[in-house]
Amino acid sequence: MSFQYAPAPESTAIVNIKSSNGLFINGEFTPGHGTPFKTINPATEEVLAEIAQANQEDVDAAVRAARRAYDKTWSKMPGRDRGKYLFRIARLIQERAREFAVLETMDNGKPIRESRDVDVPIAAAHFFYHAGWADKLEFAGYGTNPQPLGVAAQIIPWNFPLLMLAWKIAPALATGNTVVLKPAETTPLTALLFAEICQQADLPPGVVNILTGDGDTGRMLVEHPDVNKIAFTGSTAVGQAIQRQIAGSSKRLTLELGGKAANIVFDDAPIDQAVEGIVNGIYFNQGHVCCAGSRLLLQESIAEKTIESLKRRLQTLRLGDPLDKNTDIGAINSREQLNRIIDLTKSGEDEGAQRWSPDCVIPEKGFWFAPTVFTNVTQAHRIAREEIFGPVLSVLTFRTPDEAIEKANNTPYGLSAGIWTEKGSRILAMANKVRAGVVWANTFNRFDPASPFGGYKESGFGREGGIQGLGAYLTSEESS
Amino acid sequence: MIGNDRVGVRKTHKLFIGGAFPRSESGRTYEVINTRGEFLANIAKASRKDARDAVISARTGFNSWSKASAYNRGQVLYRIAEVMEGRKEQFINDIQDAEGTSNKKATTQTDQAIDRVVWYAGWADKYSQVLGNTNPVSGPFFNFSVPEPTGVVAAVAPQDSSLLGLISVIAPIIVSGNSVIVIASMNSPIPAITLSECLATSDVIAGNINILTGDPAEIMPSLASHLDVNALDLTGITDPELHASLEIEAAGSVKRVRSSPINPQWQVTPTLSRVRAFTEIKTVWHPMGIL
Repeated sequence: MSFQYAPAPESTAIVNIKSSNGLFINGEFTPGHGTPFKTINPATEEVLAEIAQANQEDVDAAVRAARRAYDKTWSKMPGRDRGKYLFRIARLIQERAREFAVLETMDNGKPIRESRDVDVPIAAAHFFYHAGWADKLEFAGYGTNPQPLGVAAQIIPWNFPLLMLAWKIAPALATGNTVVLKPAETTPLTALLFAEICQQADLPPGVVNILTGDGDTGRMLVEHPDVNKIAFTGSTAVGQAIQRQIAGSSKRLTLELGGKAANIVFDDAPIDQAVEGIVNGIYFNQGHVCCAGSRLLLQESIAEKTIESLKRRLQTLRLGDPLDKNTDIGAINSREQLNRIIDLTKSGEDEGAQRWSPDCVIPEKGFWFAPTVFTNVTQAHRIAREEIFGPVLSVLTFRTPDEAIEKANNTPYGLSAGIWTEKGSRILAMANKVRAGVVWANTFNRFDPASPFGGYKESGFGREGGIQGLGAYLTSEESS
Repeated sequence: MIGNDRVGVRKTHKLFIGGAFPRSESGRTYEVINTRGEFLANIAKASRKDARDAVISARTGFNSWSKASAYNRGQVLYRIAEVMEGRKEQFINDIQDAEGTSNKKATTQTDQAIDRVVWYAGWADKYSQVLGNTNPVSGPFFNFSVPEPTGVVAAVAPQDSSLLGLISVIAPIIVSGNSVIVIASMNSPIPAITLSECLATSDVIAGNINILTGDPAEIMPSLASHLDVNALDLTGITDPELHASLEIEAAGSVKRVRSSPINPQWQVTPTLSRVRAFTEIKTVWHPMGIL
């Protein structure tokens, strides 16, 4: 039998979306000079707002504002005072948390439960954490007098719009840099609300500039000669293009790119907990997570049992209105992404893997994809090699720990990994051998500002968060 | 050899790959002269194929070296210094010939090079305490971060400072467990060849350190685009165009690229910057608090 839930939608009355939105340059909202575009609610396909497209003129103006703020104000301000602005921002995000959560869910399609409990509180925590660093940088291990780099160009993806903004802006500002940030084309709204927060905080004009636009805007920003640092989160292909673009310049670069994480379950793992971890690993945020546990590696002896429990659990997931507080699976962020997921899952079937999804009603409007599990997957299948960035799990099996390591590391990516076993020595041995920047043992998809995040190999370089993350925005003392 | 009856025995100068001393598979050599323009030796001119062979050796070397304990790595580095100390006179002569410097300066450089190895040897079991830490996350989790070696690193030693510069490039790469393929100074390669003989008779794992002689402009592009190379150290690349083209090649597999400041001061005690450049931070989470 199945329980019927009454609808429990979060009210949208708290948000006030302007029909037309400008760019945020030098502390002011100004119209853009490109052709405006529209952002839609992916759950309803309704237009939410018109968004300015920044062109070269706008990019120049934003970088100029950031440079002026860097030279005149921000790099000269005592760390103590920079920190106080960041504390203000953290508090303002907390104060307007509900508004941010609703807006994020409307623009992105993620369940309100996640934007409310994960994205927004962790974004506030990032500012709070980094605020405290601003006047203590000489203790961070980059020499006795670490210096900011200058103007940072930051380009972020659509999967965690506000959270990625916080990961980028908080450390940059704490270390004394000024920023020009470009949110993703499909999710600009919370970045624009954040611009209002900067105004409310009385942040000096030009310290934070927000340019909305498409890939061209991003490219112009990366190529701008007066930018000192580029921080990019997104696909490996675009990351590689940026790395090539800035070759020969002195611009510093950090990249947080794709992943194809192995989530490894041993026969002695607590299966019920592991199943929760598998679900959280791949169905959290519709699988739009670079560190998602998209390859499930099950020890052969427990594979059948685990897949059965997993399927039973997936039957209980609720797909639908992202604003409903009981929703587990929200909308896919865009039609483009949905098509990519459809294409890759089709290749899974074509290549001989077995596809399964729970019964669930797909709403008529909007972009949706039912949680999907592929079994009989081999390492050669595209669904085992390529990042799908959707709620699609590929299940493989192994017999020995060595085989698990071999398979887990058999990817050009190296962002994250999961290990499920009750044996402490095995956790440490496995954690040591997987080539990935973040290893979750008996848990998955945990994030914290104090904990550095970032990849090995083609998942990028540099870390965000923690003491290590500061290094991405500071000069380091070196004579050779 | 006026005034001496004995005819000297000259050395054939070869590459150092996988713990062995092969000639270049291409059969090519190039002439090295001293600063007075006199012939010194024919040096093996490594080819792209030699570089690819070196990558295979370096990967094999990495697989065992990266598993060695920190204490062991420290002892292996210290052992390099011990063997170098015994070859001091040879290094001093080599440097004098190669760089045309005084005996005093060559002696200073040799002493500093040996001391630099000892300095890094001591870091082997300490750098992870300085670069890593536990993280006070908000939740019932034990969370720690450790630096791990990046993998196989292709490096270009500086053109000047033929021994101190070379060792200052190699040591911070291998101390954390990486393997290295290093291209020696093209004009002054003989100290590097003497160093490879020290490495071969110390406890360095075969393939962990590979030394090529030849033209970086010819060899580096194939290493920069090689999918099994994880990082580049472009210290010795001073031509900005070549530097940029290698960075472009590196993007193909998202390699880490480390460049040197202009006019590196090799005699200055380094920071951990070079060690940090070739390590990756791994962060591990585990739930805590269920009794």
